Amino acid sequence: MIPVRDYLKESKIIHNRIVFLFGFVSLMALILIVRLIHLQISQHQHFSTLAQNNRIDIISLPPVRGLIYDRNGEVLAQNFRVYNLEILPDKVENMDETLNELRQLIDLSDDNIRQFKTLLKRRPSFERQTLRANLKEDEAARLAVNQHRYPGVELRARLQRNYPKGELISHVVGYVGRISSEDLAQIDNKRYRGLEYIGKSGIESYYESSLLGKSGVQRAETNAHGRVVRSLEQTEPVAGQTMYLGLDIKLQRKSIEALEGFEGAVVAIEPKTGDILAFVSVPGFDPNPFVNGISRKNYDLLRSSPRTPLLNRALYGRYAPGSTIKGFISLVGIKNDIGHDTKIFCPGWFTLPGHKHRYRDWKKNGHGQVNGHSAVVQSCDVYYYRLAKRLGIDRLHEGMSHFGFGQKSGVDLPGEPSGLMPSRDWKQRARSQPWYPGETVITGIGQGYMLVTPLQLASATAMLANRGQKVEPRFLTAVENAQSQVRTEIAPTLVETNAGVSQRSYAQIIESMEDVIHGQRGTARGISEGIKYQMAGKTGTAQVKSIAQNEKYDEENVEKKFKDHSLFVGFAPLDDPKIAIAVVVEHGGSGGRTAAPIARKLLDYYLLDRLGMYQEESPDDNS
Amino acid sequence: MNASHQKFIDIPLLTAILMVCGLSLIVLYSAGGEDMKLLAKHSVRVGFAFVLMLIVSRISPSFLYRWSPYLYGVGLVLLLIVLAVGIIGKGAQRWIDLGLFRFQPAELMKLAVPMMVAWVLARWTLPPRPLALITSIILVLLPTALVILQPDLGTAILIASTGLLVIFLSGVGWKLIVGVLAILSAIAPALWVLVLHDYQRRRVLTLFDPWADPLGAGYHTIQSIIAIGSGGIDGKGWLAGSQSQLEFIPERSTDFIFAVFAEEFGLLGVFVLLALYLFLVFKSLMIAFYAHDTYSRLLAGSLSVTFFLYVFVNIGMVSGILPVVGVPLPLMSYGGTSIVTLMVAFGILMSIDRHKNFLARR
Repeated sequence: MIPVRDYLKESKIIHNRIVFLFGFVSLMALILIVRLIHLQISQHQHFSTLAQNNRIDIISLPPVRGLIYDRNGEVLAQNFRVYNLEILPDKVENMDETLNELRQLIDLSDDNIRQFKTLLKRRPSFERQTLRANLKEDEAARLAVNQHRYPGVELRARLQRNYPKGELISHVVGYVGRISSEDLAQIDNKRYRGLEYIGKSGIESYYESSLLGKSGVQRAETNAHGRVVRSLEQTEPVAGQTMYLGLDIKLQRKSIEALEGFEGAVVAIEPKTGDILAFVSVPGFDPNPFVNGISRKNYDLLRSSPRTPLLNRALYGRYAPGSTIKGFISLVGIKNDIGHDTKIFCPGWFTLPGHKHRYRDWKKNGHGQVNGHSAVVQSCDVYYYRLAKRLGIDRLHEGMSHFGFGQKSGVDLPGEPSGLMPSRDWKQRARSQPWYPGETVITGIGQGYMLVTPLQLASATAMLANRGQKVEPRFLTAVENAQSQVRTEIAPTLVETNAGVSQRSYAQIIESMEDVIHGQRGTARGISEGIKYQMAGKTGTAQVKSIAQNEKYDEENVEKKFKDHSLFVGFAPLDDPKIAIAVVVEHGGSGGRTAAPIARKLLDYYLLDRLGMYQEESPDDNS
Repeated sequence: MNASHQKFIDIPLLTAILMVCGLSLIVLYSAGGEDMKLLAKHSVRVGFAFVLMLIVSRISPSFLYRWSPYLYGVGLVLLLIVLAVGIIGKGAQRWIDLGLFRFQPAELMKLAVPMMVAWVLARWTLPPRPLALITSIILVLLPTALVILQPDLGTAILIASTGLLVIFLSGVGWKLIVGVLAILSAIAPALWVLVLHDYQRRRVLTLFDPWADPLGAGYHTIQSIIAIGSGGIDGKGWLAGSQSQLEFIPERSTDFIFAVFAEEFGLLGVFVLLALYLFLVFKSLMIAFYAHDTYSRLLAGSLSVTFFLYVFVNIGMVSGILPVVGVPLPLMSYGGTSIVTLMVAFGILMSIDRHKNFLARR
């Protein structure tokens, strides 16, 4: 049966529903209106600020890092302009095609492309990504010419630190590296806005805040892609200070050459000013790869090398000083009324009363009758065993500390260790043991617990050369404002010490140390041949392996790693010292044989070649 | 029945449409970076759609009524073809390339579904009996499911809405409606997991806290809200919206064009636009109200409210109260297919308005 349709009822149904929908639509429209009023009136201020911040970008303009020069004006650290190739993915129409064409222009490895593609996937497409860093000049030029053909491809220039002297200055200047997360925790982030590098070691780290300079700020209108549309205002960056070091790069090079084949250190100081002329730790390393992050493989190679090129021996190397400190021990003795004319008989060994242990002299049959003078000249151990025993560790510790042993020298490098001048206190603290008299005895010849750094040795020698005036060793001698070009010399830091040692005592010790070189029986008489100036010095031979009572040290046949360290300290010329030097040659054997000739060579080079002294016009000086 | 009662065209409706299209050109000039080529392309499309609208307005509803099942059938087959091509070609496909232009079957279904459902329901008595109801629900769900598979959730929801609106207009009992809504909200969590894709879920979650990922999922919403809010009452002025001109608003010519408009013309501009939209919707609902036969009433009512749903969903998403789904702002957004569908819908409404007496007593 065909249902009878009630059209009136049906149209009423639909009409009711349409009226309902009128209401529904009105309600929904009201929701939108409320929302828009909320956004555009109630929160207008808030969103205006956000829009403003969106649009106004504060771009930091990185400063140029300060340059570093040596005393002759040779550049030790500089900034190179390098180019990075960056791509703004949003602007690139066909990425694969663009990459392929770029490959024809510049060298792009599969690695570059792969890394870049991962970045593309991970980062928003309106952010620039680096495709390749450090383009060569010619590559950058080729790109610059063709750049207009590739929208979204950009060349960005930036400055990169470079060390033209490479290995020569690795342990002095150090290097900068990318700011790490550890660095970030310590630095003032505002100062480093827009900067990529921070001084990681050496001078670069110690004078970081002066070298850094000050970032400039540019307020600019940018679009969503960070591209500057219009610059609003700008504060120029302030370049870091230029630094002049007292280092003589030529002497530095000579020192490294002189240590060729060895591991060791040379520190040379101008006594009057404390200027460090040479600061060498061999082997060194090329700091340049560290700037952009050295590869894991190369870093491991450096780190695992048995020659430990990364270790700064001149600063951190802690060595038993051996006989090099005998002059200083004598000074402590004189100060404590044990005169330089004290005579003793040296049978070749020494025993403490009531003990059987024989402390042996380096010379098996002894030196016979010696006094203070000949003890220095011949480096008689027994004399110093006795002297040390008479002084006792307390007076030794107190006296030697005045020469800077066991003390930081105050050099302008980060992380200087203090070495070790042992004392009762120290032993109680460090070892929880009392001090034994036997330990005093061997301290007298620079063995046992005592540890010095090459820098400390050189610094103490410079103090000796100054006849007691202590001058803080330093690298930085002048700074220059990069903008105003105003150069400020830095005065040497003279240190007041109360060593209580008379000028006469210094004269006596220096005379003895002169005879170490120039005397008939001096341990370093071998280097006096043809010498054109008077110098003072002291050899040292530091045991690496303790030798049993009935054992004999056989220099020829001992394994290299057990061979003695060879040391030498000295200064020249006597009357007006220009240079004080400390040489440490690891496993170099006796001081007179290895370290002393190296010192002679360097003193010759510095005085004759660098300073031009004792040339024809003053032949009389050669006495 | 009297030809003299047939007006040539509804002038206020036409005027409102033209005004929105005019606004669209003004905003598009600004949003597209003053690109005259873009504007020309858009104008050509609008012109084409406009002509289509006028043609459709001449077609009698009885013709539409008769062709409803065929249109629906063709649409369904095309959806299947698109899906099959997509599966074979191993990639999402939404359109068929006709050489001259690309054709989205889903757009056709936006019109074919309400026509078909109205056709079915108008054949029987109202309120619909269970058989009619079940038939129409199947007719709605079939294309909806196919579009979800494309996958195009936004369009699928709108297709389902047009169909369901017809069913609603036909007088389905309130108890049933409330019941279905209750069941839907009960199984919503399951739909959340089973139906939604990862990116869709992220979009919904982003809605609740866009600042959680300001450079990722939340970027669109945040930037468009900033644009709207910073526009204030009177706006920053034409071509002077920093969010728009400096390219912070993504998709600013298409889906997010409202943000550009609100930034540059402010709340006052927004009120004008909303007033135009509401006028169009209410005017269309009036056409539905005064239509003389069941098929026309159902179809016109559904089309008018669907038009409003477009507006609501787009502005809701751009102003951050709805998740980001790809729904353009009707008559404003740049893009060809949607404007053609919309204009044809208005053509149908005009035709219904014009042929009030058609099938008056059927």
